Amino acid sequence: MTQTLPINGNAQQKMMILTGNHAAAYAFKQARVGVVSAYPITPQSPVVEKIAEFIDNGEMNTKFVKVESEHSALAVCCAASATGSRVGTATASHGLMLMYEMLPWAAGNRLPIIINLATRSLGAPWSVWTDHSDFITIRDVGWIQLMCETNQEIYDTNIQAFKIAEDPRVFIPTIVGYDGYILSHTMMPVILENQEHIDNFLPPLKHHINLSDLSTIKGIDPVTTPHVRDRGQEGTAPGYFEYRYALQKALENSIDIIKEVHDEFAEKFGRSYGNGIYKAIQIDDADVTVYAMGSIASQARVAIKKMRKDGLKVGLVSLKTFRPYPADILKDLFKDKRLIVIFDRDIGYGYEGVLSYELKSALYGLKNSPYIKGFIVGLGGRDVKTEDIIQGVQKAIEQEKTGIISHTTEFIGLRLNELKNYDEEEFYKEA
Amino acid sequence: MDLPEEEFIYPGTRACAGCSMALIYRIALKALGSNTIITVPASCLTVLHGMQGFCTTKVSVLHTPFATTGASASGILASLEDKGLAEDINVVAFAGDGGTVDIGIQALSGAVERGTDFIFACYDNEAYMNTGVQRSGSTPPGVFTTTTPGGKTGYKKNMAKILEAHGIPYVATAISSYPLDLYEKFQTAKEIYGPKYIHILAPCPPGWGYDPKDSIEIGRLAVQTGFWPLYEVNEGKFILSKDSKRFLDASKRKPIEDYIKSQKRFKNVKTKDIVQYKDYIKALWAEIEQRIEKE
Amino acid sequence: MTDTKKDYQKILGSVQKPVKGEAGKTGTWSAKKPIIDLDKCIPVKSGKPSCYNCWLFCPEAVISRTIPPEIDLDYCKGCGICMEECPVKAITMEEVKIE
Repeated sequence: MTQTLPINGNAQQKMMILTGNHAAAYAFKQARVGVVSAYPITPQSPVVEKIAEFIDNGEMNTKFVKVESEHSALAVCCAASATGSRVGTATASHGLMLMYEMLPWAAGNRLPIIINLATRSLGAPWSVWTDHSDFITIRDVGWIQLMCETNQEIYDTNIQAFKIAEDPRVFIPTIVGYDGYILSHTMMPVILENQEHIDNFLPPLKHHINLSDLSTIKGIDPVTTPHVRDRGQEGTAPGYFEYRYALQKALENSIDIIKEVHDEFAEKFGRSYGNGIYKAIQIDDADVTVYAMGSIASQARVAIKKMRKDGLKVGLVSLKTFRPYPADILKDLFKDKRLIVIFDRDIGYGYEGVLSYELKSALYGLKNSPYIKGFIVGLGGRDVKTEDIIQGVQKAIEQEKTGIISHTTEFIGLRLNELKNYDEEEFYKEA
Repeated sequence: MDLPEEEFIYPGTRACAGCSMALIYRIALKALGSNTIITVPASCLTVLHGMQGFCTTKVSVLHTPFATTGASASGILASLEDKGLAEDINVVAFAGDGGTVDIGIQALSGAVERGTDFIFACYDNEAYMNTGVQRSGSTPPGVFTTTTPGGKTGYKKNMAKILEAHGIPYVATAISSYPLDLYEKFQTAKEIYGPKYIHILAPCPPGWGYDPKDSIEIGRLAVQTGFWPLYEVNEGKFILSKDSKRFLDASKRKPIEDYIKSQKRFKNVKTKDIVQYKDYIKALWAEIEQRIEKE
Repeated sequence: MTDTKKDYQKILGSVQKPVKGEAGKTGTWSAKKPIIDLDKCIPVKSGKPSCYNCWLFCPEAVISRTIPPEIDLDYCKGCGICMEECPVKAITMEEVKIE
């Protein structure tokens, strides 16, 4: 559904009602992505279906390589990026898992590839519904990771992602995450910007590699020893340790560019998402701060309103930039808060929810550390209701009074009481 | 004498003395020329290209993880097409047998099925040589490898046939020992639009167990015994190569025992097992005869 | 970029440029080197560019197509293929003192 309206008096924009997947596809179109390589997987398939449609009717001049697996999808993206094109893909869950081998490869080669991740839980058992396990499980390979709460944010973040990733101070691949089904398949109004304005904001890619330029012969990504190589007149070359140091430092430094690009986008297009790192809702006077990302943060917004009505001074921090992890920024934000209640739609299995334990590590060193209580919610698409958030906040308030600190996980939303004497051993026996 | 003089590989690479792959790569690059981008998976060829900072070739090379060669070539080509440069630049994938018939088979199959305009060249030394001679899908039965010390059981995948079954415009077999034939096949492939596959046998001194000076002769024996027929399938037309033509006549073929005795890797093959090889060669050439008759 | 680059900003992906002798002087790999008997060598005898099997089959491309063919001993690995492939047996492999 399209309405070409002057919005805010600006006749250049167009509003459409789009699913999250389609918002990503429109962003790819307007970012003039040169090569897309993708493989179908629920709930991402509509992204590439839309792109195929755009190409077919001439709206997009992009080479779409329809590969035979996600592992090949990211391999094609890496090769196409190294040859000098702007590239992107989309996937979810096991698709991302199959890409895993290529994730550190893309980061180590400093290729500005964009992946749209329609989050989906990991099997076993099979699940097509959302949680953040796929998003968080790749956090150590060296990609920038940004999370979205609305379809407008998906479109806006994609445009920004290309600019961030391709910045010469960055050159790091980037994942744009958004909840499967909750955003990917839900229609929301999305303002699409005028192409010329997008082109001004996002100039053509100036890659640091570019194999297509045959005037310089390059070997890319050879075996790299632990040592620095010194061949006198011919030059020196870094060892593996130096290459990875460079990636890590660039990733740390990219926080500044993420904020820069966010602010520039806000100035040019009038839409902002907190400070680009997190969004804060009513935290200034908050006694309790809820901390979450993506769909959980969206649900928490409703819970906050309700709790405030009932007299509790509660605020919300919705994390947008998950990697590079904004430890210093979060430490500064939370240092004077007394109680933080965290809802993870994921588990760092064997330990706690990832938002939970990473925040605890960020706050290390504070003289008077806030009390932090984390809950696991919503795995495999289990609905997370306003009541669940409220229940969690109330439990946290009670537990803070005891002062007990636990490193085991607590779940909200389980329905074990609905299981009628389920026991796998007994399950197959006749009644 | 028909080959151009220009070299595209600098001397002083890490390839073993007498390495057939080094010769294959040298000859292939002469045919392909400087308007070429090469992609290479984990393999002995990766090592030939050198360590960080300094490489050995006068063409650009993109190294890529083991399973991805076909995808890597597809990606390079897609970017060239996006920039309008695909007409002018050859995209060539060079993989070992492991990276082609085992771990690389999916990406290769996908790339050719999509009609990708590139050459995929497999240099086949019949085992995972770079990691120390472990068996691959291309190891012939009975052969010693470190993971089949008693001799490999199972088959040698006929990769050329598999690629033919994809219906691509050009499939060829070749070998390092016949460099002029190899050169011509790369020249032919270069001019064809679409996916092209060349499977090149590459005798390996340390892996096969022979003195490096015999690399060419051993490869020649593979052809002369009929074990490795040289042919092309060009737009579906079967063409037996010049150097293999006389071996249509079984009496002209050298005894397979000569080939087997020349390499330590066949040490577990007993005289009674040799009949397996003889049957294989018989069946192979019966089929070739049939295909030629049909033409 | 108007700012001076930080040290880590000068390093991106692992890249290479072409050089000769990437693995060093690979001639040191073997004490035996090919010696051409110029009385037998075909292009020397005929005075015309001819044969050049040694050039053709050398995996390292260290033999030149000149009269006589010249072998770059700095990089010749001493594999002996040229000796085997010479149609008139003009090449022998001999121990050569490496300085």
